[in-house]
Amino acid sequence: MIKAVMVMNTQGKSRLAKFYEYLSVEKQQELIRGVFSVLCSRAENVSNFIDAESIFGQDSRLVYKHFATLYFVFVFDSSENELAVLDLIQVFVETLDKCFQNVCELDIVFNYSKIHTILDEMVFGGQVVETSSSEIMKAVEEISKLEAASNAISLIPKSASGWRSR
Amino acid sequence: MSGPSLMDSLFQRTLEDLIKGLRQQLIGEQAFISKALEEIRKEIKSTDLSTKSTALLKLCYLSNLHFHDMSFAAFHALEVLSSPRFSHKKIAYHAISLSFHDSTPVLLLITNHLRKDLTSTNEFEVSLSLQCLSRIANVDLARDLTPEVFTLLSSNKLYVRKRAVAVVLRVFEKYPDSVRVCFKRLVENLENYDPQILSAVVGVFSELACKDPRSYLPLAPEFYKILVDSKSNWISIKVLKIFAKLAPLEPRLSNRVVEPICDLMRKTGAKSLLFECVRTVVTSFSEYESAVRLAVGKIREFLVDEDPNLKYLGLHALSIVASKHLWVVSENKEVVIKSLSDPDPNIKIESLRLVMAMVSEHNVAEISKVLVNYALKSDPLFCNEILGSILSTCSRNVYEIIVDFDWYVSLLGEMSRIPHCQMGEEIENQLIDIGLRVKDVRLELVRVARDLLIDPALLGNSFLHRVLSAAAWVSGEYVEFSRNPLELMEALLQPRTSLLPPSIMAIYIQSAFKVLVFCLHTCFVRGGSTAGVSASASYESFDDLSIENGAGSTVAHGQTCTSAPITNESIVNLLKLVELALSPLLGSHDVEVQERARNLLGFVDLIKLEALNSLGQEENDSEQKGVEATKIIRLVHDAFSKELGPVSLSAQGKVPVPDGLTLNENLGDLETICSDIELPSSNTFSFGYPSEEKDVSSFSNLQIKEDSGQSNESTSLLAEHRKRHGLYYLPSGKNEVISNDYPPANDPALQGDNNDTASDLVKLTAESLVPKRKPNHSKPRPVVVKLDEADEKPVAVKHPESRDDSLSGAVRDILFGSEDILPTSSRSNLPSSNRKGKEKQHMITQVESKENVVGDGNSSSRRRKDHSHGKERRHRKKNAEERNETDRKEKESSSNHPRRHKSRQRAEEPLKVPPQTSVIPDFLL
Repeated sequence: MIKAVMVMNTQGKSRLAKFYEYLSVEKQQELIRGVFSVLCSRAENVSNFIDAESIFGQDSRLVYKHFATLYFVFVFDSSENELAVLDLIQVFVETLDKCFQNVCELDIVFNYSKIHTILDEMVFGGQVVETSSSEIMKAVEEISKLEAASNAISLIPKSASGWRSR
Repeated sequence: MSGPSLMDSLFQRTLEDLIKGLRQQLIGEQAFISKALEEIRKEIKSTDLSTKSTALLKLCYLSNLHFHDMSFAAFHALEVLSSPRFSHKKIAYHAISLSFHDSTPVLLLITNHLRKDLTSTNEFEVSLSLQCLSRIANVDLARDLTPEVFTLLSSNKLYVRKRAVAVVLRVFEKYPDSVRVCFKRLVENLENYDPQILSAVVGVFSELACKDPRSYLPLAPEFYKILVDSKSNWISIKVLKIFAKLAPLEPRLSNRVVEPICDLMRKTGAKSLLFECVRTVVTSFSEYESAVRLAVGKIREFLVDEDPNLKYLGLHALSIVASKHLWVVSENKEVVIKSLSDPDPNIKIESLRLVMAMVSEHNVAEISKVLVNYALKSDPLFCNEILGSILSTCSRNVYEIIVDFDWYVSLLGEMSRIPHCQMGEEIENQLIDIGLRVKDVRLELVRVARDLLIDPALLGNSFLHRVLSAAAWVSGEYVEFSRNPLELMEALLQPRTSLLPPSIMAIYIQSAFKVLVFCLHTCFVRGGSTAGVSASASYESFDDLSIENGAGSTVAHGQTCTSAPITNESIVNLLKLVELALSPLLGSHDVEVQERARNLLGFVDLIKLEALNSLGQEENDSEQKGVEATKIIRLVHDAFSKELGPVSLSAQGKVPVPDGLTLNENLGDLETICSDIELPSSNTFSFGYPSEEKDVSSFSNLQIKEDSGQSNESTSLLAEHRKRHGLYYLPSGKNEVISNDYPPANDPALQGDNNDTASDLVKLTAESLVPKRKPNHSKPRPVVVKLDEADEKPVAVKHPESRDDSLSGAVRDILFGSEDILPTSSRSNLPSSNRKGKEKQHMITQVESKENVVGDGNSSSRRRKDHSHGKERRHRKKNAEERNETDRKEKESSSNHPRRHKSRQRAEEPLKVPPQTSVIPDFLL
C-alpha cells in the first residue's frame, strides 16, 4: 500500500502532498521536513531509496526521484515493490509531461487541482489502479471537460479558465 | 493585488490569483496567507455555492501546501458537496479527503451524500465518492454503505469496478462483517480477464494476505492460475507477494509454486519482477536449493550492475539470504567488502550489515580491523554506523564471539580515539561491563584506561567524556594492576580535567582517592621502609585477591607489584599534588564534586601529618609513629579492595518488600516531607541498611557482591542513580551493571562492623558462582561471568490484534465454511444461525441496519436488493459449475487443498435453511 506521495522542490517547498491516512497538518509538515532534510543531503547518482523507518515508522520504504528542481517522493510499505514504484514515479512524471508539455515546476504550482486529479487517477486510497499514462490522460481530460461543462452553466467563467490547459 | 480595492470586494480571488499573490509576496508570505485566510472565512459563509467552492478550494490549497488547519470548514465542505455541479462536488470531495478523520463531528452527515453519488450514473461521480470513502470510511460508513459497494463490485464499468474493488480493503478493515457480504463477489473478480480489475483484486488480496495469510490459503489455486497466466508485471509482483506469505504455511503449496516462480525469474526482462521473484525465493522458498541458487545468480547480476538501485537491492536480497545461507554472502565477499567504500550511503550500510553477518569468533579480529580502518576514512555518520555495529556485534550474547578479551579491550580503546566516534556511552558500558565480568582482562583494561587518561588531548572531546569516566573508574577500581599508580594519579588530577562535566569529574576524584589509598598502602602497610622497593614485573595473580578479600587481604595486596617505585618522596609529592589539585574544587558549584573533593582532602589531612612524620623518621621510629596512619590507611584500603560483581538485571525484583512499605502507593507526598525533614529513618527506605544484611544474604545466589567500603564511591553514584530514579528505591536493589551506575550501594556503617559478614558473603558468592579459574596465560577464552536470567533479553511476544482476528474470522468463515465459527463481531446482532443461511442473513442485516439507521427509500432499496440477489444467484450457479470444472482440473493436477474441497461442497449444497429473521419477508424467493 502506498502511504504518501509528495512533491517538493529543491528548496524544500512542498508542491504536492497526499497522505492516504489522516494526519494532522502539523504532522504532515513535520514528515515533509524530515524527508527533505534527508533528501537534500544526498548526492546525485546514488540509489533512489531512503531509510524511511526513522521518519514514517515501521515497515515503510521511500523511493524518490529527482527531476530538475523537483523531488518526487513515494512512501509505501512492504506490499509494494521498490522498482515498480520507481516505475510508477516515471509514469506520473510522464503523464504530467504529456499534460503540460514539458512540465516544469511552475505548471505544478499553478495547477493544484489538476495534479491531484492526475494522481487520484493513478493511486486510489493507497492502491495503484492505473499505470498507463495514456489511460490516465484520457480520464483526466474527461474530468476536465465535465468540470468545464458544469461550470459553464453558471455564467461566471472565472474558475473555468484554470482548467483549460490544452 | 496587495491593497484592498473595489475590485477585490466585488470579485472573489480564484485559486490562481491566490497563488500569484503568494508568489509576488509583496507583504510577506505569512501576512499574505493570513489575509487570504480571513477572506476565505468570509467567503465560505456565502450562500452562493460557486463562491463557497472557490473559497474551499483555496483553503484546501493553503491546508495542503502551507499546512493551515481547515477543520473549521468541515460543514461548509458538506454544503458544497450537496451541489449538483460536478466541479463543486470535486472540490468538496477533495476537501473532505484532506481534512476529515474519524472524530470529525459532521462525519455522519456524509452518508447520504456518498450513497447518492455511489449510485450515480456518472462514473466520475461514483469514482469521487469511492475515493472519498477509501479515505474516510469508519465503522458506520463502512457498515451503511456496504450494500452500495457490493453492487458496484459487479458494475459493468471497469473504471468504477476497479475502484470498488480497491475500496473494499478499507471497508473490510473497518467493518469486518462486510466480508460476509462482499467477499464472494471479490473472489469472483479474481477470475476476471481484464488486467485492470485483476490488478486491483490481486492488490487487495496481497494487502489482506499481509495481515493474515492463513485465511487466504483456500484461494491458492486461483492465485496459482494468475501467477502462471499473468502477462502484467504489476499483477505478477502482487501475486508473488501473496505467495511469499502463503508458502511458508503450506509445504505442498510451495512445492507447486516454486517451479513457476523460477520460470518467471528466468524469463522476465523486467527488473522489478525479477527482484520480486528473487525476494520471494529467498524469503519463503529458502529450502529449495536449486531455486536459491538461481536467485543467487540473479542477485550476483544485480550486485555488479552499474545502477546503484539494483546494487542496493542486490545487497538487500543478500542480507535476507544471509540468515539461512551464509555461504552466499561469503561467495560474494569481494563485492560486499568493495561496496563498503561505495559513495552511496544505502549501499554502504547494507554491505556493513552483511559484513557483520559474516563475523564469527574466528574472524572477528580481522574483520574489526578492516572495519575500523574504514571507519577512520569515512564520514562521521557512517563511521559511527560502523562502530555501532562492531560494538553491538561483539557484545552480542555476553561477548559470545570474543575469545581474546585483551584484543577486544584494546580495540575499544582504539575505537574511542577515532575522531568521529560518538559511541562513548556504549564503549563506557562495555569497558565497565567487561571489567566486572572478565577477571583475566583487567590488567589489559587498566593499561588501556591509563592510555586514555594520560592523553590530555582527549579531555577536549566531549564525545569521549563517557569513555574517560569508564577509564577513570576502571583504573581506580583495579589500580593494583597498574604499572605506575603515581602516573595514574597525575593523569587523574591533571588540570585539564576541569573540562569534564561534574558527574565525571566526581568519578575522577573518587578514582584518585582509590589510587592514593593504594599508593599509601603499598608504601606503609606493605612494610613501611620497603616501600621504595620496586619488584619485578611479574604480576601477582589476583586469585588470592578475590579469595582472600575481606579484612585480612592486605597481605595479598602487599605482594602486588608496581614497576615504578613508590618512594617516600613520591608520597610526599603525591599528597601535595592532591591538595593542590583539589583545593580549588572545594568551592565547586556541583555538590558531588565538592563533597568528593572534601572527602579526599579530609583523608589527606587525617594522615598527612603522621605520614610525613613517619616518612621523615628513621626506619625503627616509623613503626611506632606511623601506627595510627597505617591503621587508617589499612582500613580505607580494605574498604576499597572488595570486588564489585555484576548484578542481575532482575535483582531488584527479588528483593522482598520490607514490612510497612507499600510500593504501589503514590509516594509523591513523601517527597515534600523528605525535603523538609533531613532523612527519614532508615528502616523505611534507607540507602544504608546495616540491619538488612540478612536480606541481602538471601540473594547471594544473585552474585550480589558486597563491597563493604564503597562508602563515598557509592554515595556519589547513588546520587546519580537517585537523580534518575527518585529517592525511593530499596537499598538492596542493585544497580544494573549495564547502566552507567556502578554497583551497589552500601551504608557507610557497614564499613566497620559488618566487614566480616560482607566478606563472608562475597566469598560465598564467589565460590558458588564464579568457577575457580586456574591462572593460565596461554589465552583460552577467559571466564565471562554471566548471570542466570538477567542476560537473556526479554522476548516480547506479540499477539495479533483483535481487529484482525475479527476480519480473518469473517474471511475464514466464508472460505473454510467452518460451522463452529460464529459471527465474531459483537456488532452483529444475529441469532446464531446455520452456516448456509448465514450469508443471506447478513445481507439482510446489512439492509436492515441500513434501513434502521437511515430509514429512507424502502422501495428503492428493496428493488436493489432483489436485483442484487438475482445476480447473486446467477453467480452462485455459474460458480458452482465453474468450480466443478476446476475441481476436476484440480484433481487431475493433484490438488493439495482438501479443505478447499470441503468448502466447495458446502457451497454447492442447496440452500435449504431459510433465514430466521422474519422482520423482512424472504426477498430471496
